[in-house]
Amino acid sequence: MPSESNNAAMPALGLDPAVIRQARDLAAAAGQPIVDMARTHSTVSVERAVLRLGGLDGAGGDSGMPWVNHVVDAVADSCGLEHGVALPVWDALLAGGYPHLVALARDVAAGKVKFRLPEGADAAAARAAASAALAEGFARIDTRRAERTAMIRTTADPPKPWIYLIVATGDIYEDIPQAQAAAREGADIIAVIRSTGQSLLDYVPEGATREGFAGTYATRENFRLMRAALDDVSRELGRYVRLTNYASGLCMPEIAALAGLERLDMMLNDCMYGIIFRDINPRRTFIDQRFSRQIHARAGIIINTGEDNYLTTADAVDAAHTVVVSQLLNEFFGKEAGLADGQLGLGHAFEINPAVPDSFLLELAHAQLVRQLFPDAPLKYMPPTKHMTGNVFAGYLLDAFFNLCGALTGQSILLIGMMTEGIHTPFLSDRDLALENVRYVLRAAGRLGENLQPPPGGFVERRAQQVLAEAVDLLRRIDGEGLLNAIADGTFGVTRRPADGGRGLDGVFQRAGGYFNPAAEFLEDGQR
Amino acid sequence: MSTVIRPYGDTTGDGRIQVSFTLPVPFGTEEERALAEGAAAQLAGKMGLDPAMVVHAKAMGPDFTFFIVYGPVRHLVDLAEVTVARREYPLMPAAEINRRIRSAFGREMVVVGATVGVDAHTVGIDAILNVKGHAGEKGLESYREMRVVNLGSQVAVADLVTRARAESADAVLVSQVVTQRDAHVLAAQQIAEAFSDGAPRPLLVVGGPRFDPAMAAGLGVDRVFGRGTTPREVASYLVHTLAPEPAEPAEPAGAAR
Repeated sequence: MPSESNNAAMPALGLDPAVIRQARDLAAAAGQPIVDMARTHSTVSVERAVLRLGGLDGAGGDSGMPWVNHVVDAVADSCGLEHGVALPVWDALLAGGYPHLVALARDVAAGKVKFRLPEGADAAAARAAASAALAEGFARIDTRRAERTAMIRTTADPPKPWIYLIVATGDIYEDIPQAQAAAREGADIIAVIRSTGQSLLDYVPEGATREGFAGTYATRENFRLMRAALDDVSRELGRYVRLTNYASGLCMPEIAALAGLERLDMMLNDCMYGIIFRDINPRRTFIDQRFSRQIHARAGIIINTGEDNYLTTADAVDAAHTVVVSQLLNEFFGKEAGLADGQLGLGHAFEINPAVPDSFLLELAHAQLVRQLFPDAPLKYMPPTKHMTGNVFAGYLLDAFFNLCGALTGQSILLIGMMTEGIHTPFLSDRDLALENVRYVLRAAGRLGENLQPPPGGFVERRAQQVLAEAVDLLRRIDGEGLLNAIADGTFGVTRRPADGGRGLDGVFQRAGGYFNPAAEFLEDGQR
Repeated sequence: MSTVIRPYGDTTGDGRIQVSFTLPVPFGTEEERALAEGAAAQLAGKMGLDPAMVVHAKAMGPDFTFFIVYGPVRHLVDLAEVTVARREYPLMPAAEINRRIRSAFGREMVVVGATVGVDAHTVGIDAILNVKGHAGEKGLESYREMRVVNLGSQVAVADLVTRARAESADAVLVSQVVTQRDAHVLAAQQIAEAFSDGAPRPLLVVGGPRFDPAMAAGLGVDRVFGRGTTPREVASYLVHTLAPEPAEPAEPAGAAR
């Protein structure tokens, strides 16, 4: 794979490879107990994702909830989930002679099905049926992945940095023309922001939706509609336009499965965002995260991590090293789950107060440090939000400096800053001006990086070394007390999140001896 | 000094301003361009820019044109007629909010939040409390000197009271979205009643899109926030009321206003 940092980035700053190795080793040591926990536990959302991959789609019953929720709740009530949902469900499917899972789910919702944990030949039959169903699900995901490759071949892969734009009307049928317009204006990636609060729903809404709060619900049908619309515009433009959504919140694994089934291209999927910013239980998050990343790995989806968020809460200079620590953890967890370097869209942001002297040099040091630490990762660089004051003229200038820093340091994905950030949903003209800004900077200074060598021992290099050293110190502290305790202490985003607090803990359970997850054979062994 | 003023460009009284806007007209052929610029000049004229100077026009996709227009406006501003809507508390930056809690409390301010009764909508309370926040502002959880206990949705009023007392809450925030049969009003009244057993009670704050801030007294709560409230407004109010500066006497908690 070609190095991401080839695109005319600055020559390397002097960083001690031994310190970088040490940072990675410490991150691995901090993350390993979490991985061990995730391997021995499961969650209701992981089990629901298994059913979705096995073909159970749609919603109904008196509550109108998704069938997967009806079934997983019923299995939990009648025989418990600790052996996994697959054995009881495919056993009931076979025993009841149901033609498909939806028929079974209808009877479950009507209270007509009693689940059991099958044994002997019944268990073997259920196991085989579940595996066959999951094989179909993964075949579909593999087909989607091949479709993406073919689409990119017949259109074209845009050069980096990819320009990332957001749409968020709440109505999928409004989002579609806006997304197509944004693509025609130059966007390489369209992200559909979710409705406020979707991350806290313990189910995935169904169907095409037209009402959201400051965003559009992530549903399978909305995914399908938007991907089809972007395929049309990709063919029209001769350039593959990628689609992004959010595999985060309480339904992270299910949304990852739906993304794989409907060929989304990138998914927001951070290892700690839900914990810190949504008060979702840490254990729930880490378990869900591992499974969702395994699916992303299989589906060829690039994940985007959320380190930019820390800087909106904490000070961007003081907390710079927490970004690096989180990136190293996201990298460890991502690779453990099977993601390749090219799928790790690690996040960071341009959020230093512009009133700070040398703020641009500090941003340059931070951005270059991240570039050098993760040379093969498609880094996602986020524009200023915290210091966008409503002065749209000053904001436009700040966004230009952000674009310049991104160009100098060879960032792979640039989320386009809006001068009206924090004022309103961007006007058509705000977006157009923002694209004009980034196009100008890339045209004028896209190759400046290769012509610029920050002097060895100078301010930029020393700052990068300092942030790396602080990251190593923090990782050492985290290793000492354990990652869950560090999160509980408010290490990230200055928010304290105890391991047994937050939403969704009741959906976490330890796997019993005979736990069976038919997705595992495709995800644990079948990794590329 | 006269109270009548006009915008200032580079000379007193020149009235010159700048506006930018988009019209749904194409900007392709020469004819389309002329029509588009004429349309922009007409709009600017109707807005009172006379003569309007369209200094910039640019196609944005096939169907839209963006304009920047300069010109003098005819309108006069009479300062004597300006009415200022006054908040009873000043909007404070986060650092100031934290500082005042530290100096007045010497400990964290404890805020308990929930939606009560049948209401399952946590959008409002999460927007105010979650670090993620709302409208570009971080929620109360992001304030170092606040400890936030978010009980989530459909909390029983009795449980809310018990928990608020167990946490020694300084303030209780309740968000209600459901308004069928005045559910939001009833819920607010129940909360006020449940806390009115003579024991010292926390500051009671309710909010939601259908609440009118003038309703506080009728509901028996201290403050009502309506649609569009941001976390910093709530934080500033809490600090203004619970951690007053010596020069800025607070109204006593529970007083109707």
